[in-house]
Amino acid sequence: MNSPIVSIQHVSKNYGKQQVLKDISLEIYEGEIFGLLGPSGAGKTTLVKQLAGLEEPAQGENYIFSEKMPRLDLIKRIGYMAQSDALYTDLTAKENLEFFAALYGLSGKEKRQRMIEVMELVSLTDHMHKMVSDYSGGMKRRLSLAISLLHNPGLLILDEPTVGIDPVLRKSIWESFKSLKENGTTILVTTHVMDEAGKCDRLGMIRDGQLIAAGTPEELMKQTGAANIEDAFLAYGGA
Amino acid sequence: MRITALVIRILRQIVRDKRTMALLILAPILVMSMLHLVFNGDEYTPKVGLVDLSEKIETQLYLENAKLEHYETEKLAKKDLSAKKLDAYLVFDQMPPSVVLEGSDPSVNGAVMRWIQGALKPLQPNGGNQEIKTDYLFGSGDMGQFDYFGPVLLGFFVFFFVFLIAGVSFLRERTTGTLERLLTSPLRKWEIVAGYIMGFGIFTMIQAAIIAWYAIYVLGMLMEGAFGYVLLITLLLSLTALTLGILLSSFANNELQMIQFIPLIVVPQIFFSGLFNLETISEWLSWVGPFTPLYYAAEALRNVMVRGFGWDMIYKDLLMLLAFSLLFMVLNIAALRRYRKI
Repeated sequence: MNSPIVSIQHVSKNYGKQQVLKDISLEIYEGEIFGLLGPSGAGKTTLVKQLAGLEEPAQGENYIFSEKMPRLDLIKRIGYMAQSDALYTDLTAKENLEFFAALYGLSGKEKRQRMIEVMELVSLTDHMHKMVSDYSGGMKRRLSLAISLLHNPGLLILDEPTVGIDPVLRKSIWESFKSLKENGTTILVTTHVMDEAGKCDRLGMIRDGQLIAAGTPEELMKQTGAANIEDAFLAYGGA
Repeated sequence: MRITALVIRILRQIVRDKRTMALLILAPILVMSMLHLVFNGDEYTPKVGLVDLSEKIETQLYLENAKLEHYETEKLAKKDLSAKKLDAYLVFDQMPPSVVLEGSDPSVNGAVMRWIQGALKPLQPNGGNQEIKTDYLFGSGDMGQFDYFGPVLLGFFVFFFVFLIAGVSFLRERTTGTLERLLTSPLRKWEIVAGYIMGFGIFTMIQAAIIAWYAIYVLGMLMEGAFGYVLLITLLLSLTALTLGILLSSFANNELQMIQFIPLIVVPQIFFSGLFNLETISEWLSWVGPFTPLYYAAEALRNVMVRGFGWDMIYKDLLMLLAFSLLFMVLNIAALRRYRKI
């Protein structure tokens, strides 16, 4: 394995008395799809927000590309897609893309080129000039993904990217993850869907703010003697 | 570059939302027109009592366009005046006669005084401006009209609509998650605030220009000073409205809560903006005035529009408006730290 792209070192976080993250240490390597698996409220979003530069840990450090977060110049190398779609519904898809592309300093031919490329990747090329308010839920999700890819980030952080998306689309989105991975992009994806977890190269299981296990899906199943990821998760959770 | 992107996006959104754009421009025009009609409507026919008037003088007066009543003594006339049967009465015990006005409605006062001047004109053959002794039963002759509070209204509407629309649009940015999305991009916090100010600033300038132009040239609002000053004042005022709106939007969770700031923050400013006489406001409350942006804007607008003053008389007010904006901007940037530390 090469050097870690993401290195989480003894990170804890609390909101008032509520402990959201407890001493999490984790490394994610170049070119892998890493899945953070856990139920709602386990602390997945808090952790990825720290990696995206929105929050800071109370204790411990996060390193991305071997630099300590949060840093503005690191943010440029990260693509982030939040749980909510975060689109301007009163603008067209093209206008949304133009806006975010400009924020990342893209312009001219490069900007147009990237806009077409990312829309192709999420199969929305035909809907470029449509108002986002006329988009379906799944289309909005894919547009969000396209926007997070605009600046060709080395690390892609996706918070529940396939929530509310039908199985056919989910499959096509995972196919785009694989092609991104082949191009050298490291992907960190959170999910609470167990069958999605099986598609990740490695998994981190989070419960109540603690990392209860990490490894490839096969390793995790083997260690617990479970037949599937769900049983493995339950076994680690002490159920 | 990044700010430009933000400016373009905001302008696109405003232009696309035709209803909001119409609200920004047409609503103030509609309200001002209605006020104009209410306060400068058809000429009022005054009810005037004539006390102790000899026939010899009566033939010399021009007594059209008023409802007249003759009285033997001033006492009887005064009684009818108190009962609002009269708007005013003239006492012809000397020349020129003295006037007593009911006085509570400034538009009536104006109509009566205009009528009296016309009626007495034949008594002043050399067009002399003999001072007519005037008394008021209620109120005073200093009460203003549309011309007087027009500038305040102009400022108020600009403030009100910019505050609301900028606040709501920033609130939406927060509730839809796009603000968080902006903060995961390399955009700096001050760039967000600057982008908003420029985006809305451009639009506000157009809004202010149209409303001021309409009020002055269509409604005929009194305009003694330079139009450029009016624009400058309204622009600076909308800057404070914009920055305050964005700032307060961080304390609202939805559009309705943003609207709740109107009676709290926006409406009270009217009371201290000189629409009502500041000297008549209770002392324990009058100190609030200097802490409200509209106070300075209204003063500056009246100085330009009513008194015809220039730069010397308004620059202090403009500086205060600028200071308010800067304060709100700094607080805005600080408030954004809640979402991202760097």
